[in-house]
Amino acid sequence: MSVINGVEMGVTLAGMPMKNPIVVASGTFGFGREYGQFYDISELGGICCKGLTLHPREGNPPPRIAETPMGILNSVGLQNPGVDHFIAEELPYLRQHDLKVIANISGNTPEEYGVMCEKLSGAGVDMIEVNVSCPNVKCGGLQYGTVPEMTAEVTECAKKHAGNVPVMVKLSPNVTDITAIAKAVENAGADAVSLINTIRGMRIDVKTRRPVLHMNTGGLSGPAVLPVAVRMVWEVANAVNIPILGMGGVAKGEDAAQMLLAGATAVAVGTACFADPYAPLKVRDDLAALAAEQGLQSVSELTGGVKPW
Amino acid sequence: MPLQALCRILRADRLTSDTFSFLLDAGEMARSAQPGQFVNIACGEGHLLRRPISICDAEGDTLRVVFQVRGEGTAWLAQQPEGTTLDVLGPLGHGFAYPETGKVLVVGGGIGVPPMLYAAKAAPGGAVAALGFRNQQAVILLEDFQQAGCPVKVASDDGSVGYHGFVDALVRQYLEEDKTISAVFACGPKPMLKNVYKAAQDFGVPCQVSMEERMGCGVGACLVCACSVGGSYKHVCKDGPVFPAEEVDWA
Repeated sequence: MSVINGVEMGVTLAGMPMKNPIVVASGTFGFGREYGQFYDISELGGICCKGLTLHPREGNPPPRIAETPMGILNSVGLQNPGVDHFIAEELPYLRQHDLKVIANISGNTPEEYGVMCEKLSGAGVDMIEVNVSCPNVKCGGLQYGTVPEMTAEVTECAKKHAGNVPVMVKLSPNVTDITAIAKAVENAGADAVSLINTIRGMRIDVKTRRPVLHMNTGGLSGPAVLPVAVRMVWEVANAVNIPILGMGGVAKGEDAAQMLLAGATAVAVGTACFADPYAPLKVRDDLAALAAEQGLQSVSELTGGVKPW
Repeated sequence: MPLQALCRILRADRLTSDTFSFLLDAGEMARSAQPGQFVNIACGEGHLLRRPISICDAEGDTLRVVFQVRGEGTAWLAQQPEGTTLDVLGPLGHGFAYPETGKVLVVGGGIGVPPMLYAAKAAPGGAVAALGFRNQQAVILLEDFQQAGCPVKVASDDGSVGYHGFVDALVRQYLEEDKTISAVFACGPKPMLKNVYKAAQDFGVPCQVSMEERMGCGVGACLVCACSVGGSYKHVCKDGPVFPAEEVDWA
C-alpha cells in the first residue's frame, strides 16, 4: 500500500509512521466526512483536523471568503464544535479509517492548550498540532505565534499535558523572522513544526469600498503563497533539527516535491481541495511518479535535498 | 451522494444580456438531483473556487443550469461553447421538502427564478409561480414555466412587465385566491425572501427559502458560507441552501 510506482512513499514524522507523506491541512477538510463521500480517506497519510477550541465557537460573520489572484482569503474565525464533541462524535468516525489523526488546537491561554492536550492524548489522537498562528481570532491565535517567549510557553504547556502524543506547532508566516519562533518552539520541546499558516491579506470591493471579508482582513492561501511557504520551510529546516510538515499552496506533485526538497518530511494539501476534492490523491500520485522518474527508491530521499547556490 | 464528473455542454443559450442557460450531460448527477440542490462548477485555471449554481431542471441524464454573469468566473463560464466539457461537483446541499398534500407556490426573484422551475415541475400536488424581475429585459424562463403547466404571475420593479412592484404582493394575491396552496418555496435576494416569508406567515402557510452566501468548498468542509439560522451559524452549502423560513435569523 505504501509503495506507489515502485517508490516507497511511507515516511515517519516525529515518530509517527504514515503510509505516504500527504496529509490534508487543518480547516480545509473538516473532520473528513465531507470528502469521505468522494473517496476512502484511508488513501491519505493523515488528516490535520479542523481547528478545535476548548468550548464550541461560532466563528466570524460572513462573508468569510474572497477569491484573489491564484489564492483565497478566508476569515472563518475557528468555528468548531469544541474538543469534547470532536472526541465523542468525530474521532470515532476517523478511527474507522486507516490514516493518522492529527488534532489541531487553539486556546485563549496556555492553560487551555494544556487542558485540550490532556483530553486529546487521553482520547488517543496520533498527534497534536498546536495552532499559535490563526490570523482570524481576537485573542490567542496569532498573538501566541509571533512572540518567541509566548510560543515557547504554549509549547511547554502542551508538551506537559500531551503524554506520549507528539506535539507539532503550527507556525505563522506573519513574522519578521520565522526561524526565531521555530527555535523557541524546538527549545520548548516541540516534536515537529508545521508551516505555513495563512498570510494576512485584504481585498476591497471598489464599488462598495467595503472589504470583501466581514472581518476586513483574512488569511491568504492557495498557489499564490507557495513560494513564500517553500522559502520559510527551507529557512526553518536550516535552523532547527525537528521535522517539518510543509504546507502552503501545494496543488501539484511538483509543489510537494519542492516542499520536501526544502526540508519537509511530509506535506499538507489544503486550499487545492476546494477546486478538486481529489487533489491530495493526485498530489500523492504525481509525487510518486516524479520520484520514480528520478530513480528514487523512497520519497523520503527528497527531504532536504535542495542544492542551494 | 455528491459526485465529481466531467459534463459536456449539450446546449448553450443566452437568455438575456447577462444570463445564460446550459444543458449538461450529467448522468447519475442528473438522475439523483433534487429540486433546490445546486452544482459547483470549476471556472477555468485561474479561479481556485468553483461557482455554485442552482439546478434549474433535471430530466434523465441531463441537467440544466441557468446563471448570471456576476464576475470573472461566471464570465469565463458564459464563454464556453456547446460541446465543451465542464468539471462539475454535485448534486450538493439539501433541497425543498414538499408538503404531503396541496399545491406549492414557488417564488423567484431575478437569478433566484431558475431553481424554482425544477421545484415547480417536481411538485407532486402541482405548483403556481410568482416571479419577480428588474424589468422586461431581465425576464427569463417564462415559457418554460408555462410549458410545464404551471400558472405564472410576473412582477417587475419598474412596471415594464406584469405587476408594478415586488413579488411578495403577488404571493399575497395567490394566497388570498387559492386556499389549496400548502407551502411557499422561495429563492431570491434576502430582502425579497424576508417579505415573502412575512406574506406566507400572514396567511399561515409554511415557507422554505433558499439562501445564498459566498462559498468555498461547496460540500461542508471549509465552513465559510455561514448563515445565521436558529441563533447559530449553519452552512448554506451543506445544511442548506434551503432552510425553513421561520428558522432563519432575518435581522
